[in-house]
Amino acid sequence: MNKTTVRFTLNARPVEVAVEPRMHLIDCLREAFDVSSARVGCEHGVCGACTLRIDGKLVRGCLTLAVQVEGQVVETLERLNETGEISDLQQAFHDRNAVQCGFCTAGMLITSQSYLVHAQGYSRSQIREHIAANYCRCTGYEAIVDAIEFVAKRRGIQSLEENL
Amino acid sequence: MNAPREQIGTETRLKETYIGQSFARPNARRLLEGQAVYVDDIRLPRLAHVVFVRSPYANALIKAIRIGEAQKAAGVVAIYTGAELMTTVKPMHATLVHFKGMKAALQPCLAVDRALWQGEPVVAVVAESVHQAIDAAQLIEVDYEPQIAVTDMETALEPSTPIIHPELGDNLCFSRQIDEGGFEEVSNNAAYIVERIFRFPRHTGVCLEGRSVIGDFSRADKRLTVYISHQAPNMIQDCYARLLGLKESQVRVVCKDIGGSYGIKTHVYGDELATCAIAMDLGRPVKFVADRTESFLSDIHSRDHRVCMKMAVSEDGQIEGIWIDDLLAIGPYSVYPRTSVVEGNQIVNIAGQWYRHKAYKAKMSNVFTNMAIYSNYRAVGHPVAVGATEGLMDAVARQLKMDPVAIRRKNLLNDDAFPYQSPSGMKFESMSHHRCLDRLVEIMHLNDLRREQETLRKRGVFRGLGIASMIEITNPSAQFYGVGGARISAQDGCTARMDPAGGITLLHGCGEQGQGTETIYAQIAAQVIGVALEDVKVITGDTDVTPYGGGTWASRGAGVGGEAAWQACKALRGNILELGSIIHSCERELLDIREGKLVNSFTGEVISDLSELGRIAYFRPDLLGSYQAELSVTKHFVPKAYPFTFTNGAIACHLEVDIDLGSIKLLKFWVVEDCGTVINPQLVDEQIRGAIVQGIGPTLFEQCIYGSDGQMLNPNLVDYLVPMAAEMPDMVIEHIQTPTRTTELGAKGAGEAGTAGAPAAIMNALNDALAPFSVELFDMPFTPQKILRALGKC
Repeated sequence: MNKTTVRFTLNARPVEVAVEPRMHLIDCLREAFDVSSARVGCEHGVCGACTLRIDGKLVRGCLTLAVQVEGQVVETLERLNETGEISDLQQAFHDRNAVQCGFCTAGMLITSQSYLVHAQGYSRSQIREHIAANYCRCTGYEAIVDAIEFVAKRRGIQSLEENL
Repeated sequence: MNAPREQIGTETRLKETYIGQSFARPNARRLLEGQAVYVDDIRLPRLAHVVFVRSPYANALIKAIRIGEAQKAAGVVAIYTGAELMTTVKPMHATLVHFKGMKAALQPCLAVDRALWQGEPVVAVVAESVHQAIDAAQLIEVDYEPQIAVTDMETALEPSTPIIHPELGDNLCFSRQIDEGGFEEVSNNAAYIVERIFRFPRHTGVCLEGRSVIGDFSRADKRLTVYISHQAPNMIQDCYARLLGLKESQVRVVCKDIGGSYGIKTHVYGDELATCAIAMDLGRPVKFVADRTESFLSDIHSRDHRVCMKMAVSEDGQIEGIWIDDLLAIGPYSVYPRTSVVEGNQIVNIAGQWYRHKAYKAKMSNVFTNMAIYSNYRAVGHPVAVGATEGLMDAVARQLKMDPVAIRRKNLLNDDAFPYQSPSGMKFESMSHHRCLDRLVEIMHLNDLRREQETLRKRGVFRGLGIASMIEITNPSAQFYGVGGARISAQDGCTARMDPAGGITLLHGCGEQGQGTETIYAQIAAQVIGVALEDVKVITGDTDVTPYGGGTWASRGAGVGGEAAWQACKALRGNILELGSIIHSCERELLDIREGKLVNSFTGEVISDLSELGRIAYFRPDLLGSYQAELSVTKHFVPKAYPFTFTNGAIACHLEVDIDLGSIKLLKFWVVEDCGTVINPQLVDEQIRGAIVQGIGPTLFEQCIYGSDGQMLNPNLVDYLVPMAAEMPDMVIEHIQTPTRTTELGAKGAGEAGTAGAPAAIMNALNDALAPFSVELFDMPFTPQKILRALGKC
């Protein structure tokens, strides 16, 4: 199959790769760039294990073709580790044991961060609603909700429940 | 038996105890930074990829396989059929002698001549990339001649139903009856006979990481290294060696990070075995990772029961007799090596056994079908045994107009009744049902919730409260598999080593799938030896390195594995103190180890760092005369006093039913559990929460739906629903601690009781909510459609 060259920014570095047009972004990142934090869970856009950011927006790596990200900025957990942007969230997940097998964790952290960045206020039910985009089969979710709630408080986000 | 907590150390040391504290898992940091290494992350030179062509039919003769076009496709390395692999891979035969009369057919790793379930692997295609293998697989033509599929458990044994394996004579895999007599008599004399039929859906485990394996055979070393996402490395080593014709020592099994397992990854799967056979044939590493749809079709399924249960009850609500008849549908084969009958066997062993009763009669039948292969999944049999028992207990309470708590208090085994042998033959060492139930009622503020329920009902809001008592088989002895002939280790081993710089390294046969196994072993080491937690390193998951052990299943990691760690660390501590006494020419009793330092046990005065002992032992042993220091100790443990150690508990669910939509909103769960010594409270609580949610799944959402032709209709995550964060409730967890006296550590398992109890609690809460309509549901999953139908609304 013919390959197409695609150029984009991956974790703050310009990259160029020749891919078959059918190749999914998640496979491209894992196979061509050894980005292992984003994981293949369902390949049909449900489980959220491949969640990453494109131009700052949450995207499923398994529902995006690599050729679609031409000229865009792709960020995975590897980048968030470098910037320290979610170090408080990672610490809260660690302290609260909001991680068991770890397979959902990178996607869950990126989804959680998107909630915290955009939330005008927080509530447990809103957190639950937001992270319903990501499956976790181990924890039962409560520890994850606790960890996100803890960070929301720490970051000075207003509790919506207190306003009721 | 020993009293462990008093046994080690002095008063000072007990202040800085590690057991019983909620330490964060040191090995979780890499998971949080995306640096876990699952099988798919392993990069090996010359790695080839295999994909499997799977049968689209539930039952079909394979008339021809044409691979010519595929062989010419780009990147194809090799193609294998079942017939070819049969020459090098032995078929699997999963029967165990303690399941008397059990029969099963030989299962080839890939289908040969006929395919017996939709999803059975038929052809293996190996290519340089997984995409090339998928492309080539689509060029393979298989001529199938479809046969009638057996999919209905209730007619599977009828003469008109085709027999899946004619050589077995019928479709019955295994049947067992327990009848010590007396049930008919107590039934005849009982004031009430209460009987219900329960259904538990077929479902699966949905590990986010699909089953994954890399086989890597070195022709030079004649050794096979198996990187696999699995819970029982030594079992895989043994099975693969025998099935692939290798010596045990020629097989190394490495389990790095595991992306969810829940029992799904305790089995031998034909496609994984074939991957390793192919790697041996090719002399290069070969990887297989199951995608989502093939996970649904080829991972083991579980449950799938129709249970009739009845209780003979006296006028005042005393249970006199219990009768249960369990019919369950397995797949076409018994899954190697644990079989497919443990679930049903557990059910007749434990159903109702936490209640006093005079007579017990039980029967269970496992029938073969042409649905997916079937075996053990988290809380094997327990959700069914607890679900039917507790659902029926509430039905008895409704019939007798008794309170659900009162009828349980009346019938639960008393907390001082132990040791106790139940009518089914189960031996219970100690349990605390009444204390758990009493505390549950307190923490959930049951009376307040009952009042609120009454008030809300008047406003057309229908809430329900459901309570269930439960037990969980943990810490299994050799009675579980060994006596049946399965080469699955009941014992576990731990090597504890003091390194030259004073750090402690543990090597353990029980691995980590996210439960926190390695963390609790480190806590045990820190407490028993007297060092800081960060100075303990734990290594698991490599059969070349770790002591031989059973691995992680049946909630044995804490109770069995933990005791092995305890004993190894205790022995190492003794050896370190002995070394100290030689170096410092003093009585051993004068010495203690605290915070990684050798101290005077009376004054607490620091004598030396452990690193100084290490320096002398490893680098200047000439100073020790004839004394040989032993700073590496291996100890093993297996439970012997009881076949199993039972965890027990009580669980409650609060929910609201929308009687117009038929939907259920879960409001809250409460659990009081007794798993003996709690090593790390947060980790135990999170095991329970995770387990509850895996119990909620098949009670409300999850089901492998099959058509009568044996086609699974929902093998994807869009149509197969698993619990998501938005629908899940918060859960309050408390503990009663009755340490088992069978070990010094005192821990029982904790990973499965939530899954055991949640279905019953939800069912009872639902039926409580619907009580004003005189409606009962016992057919899981409780979908909106079923609820509306019960209410006469659809």
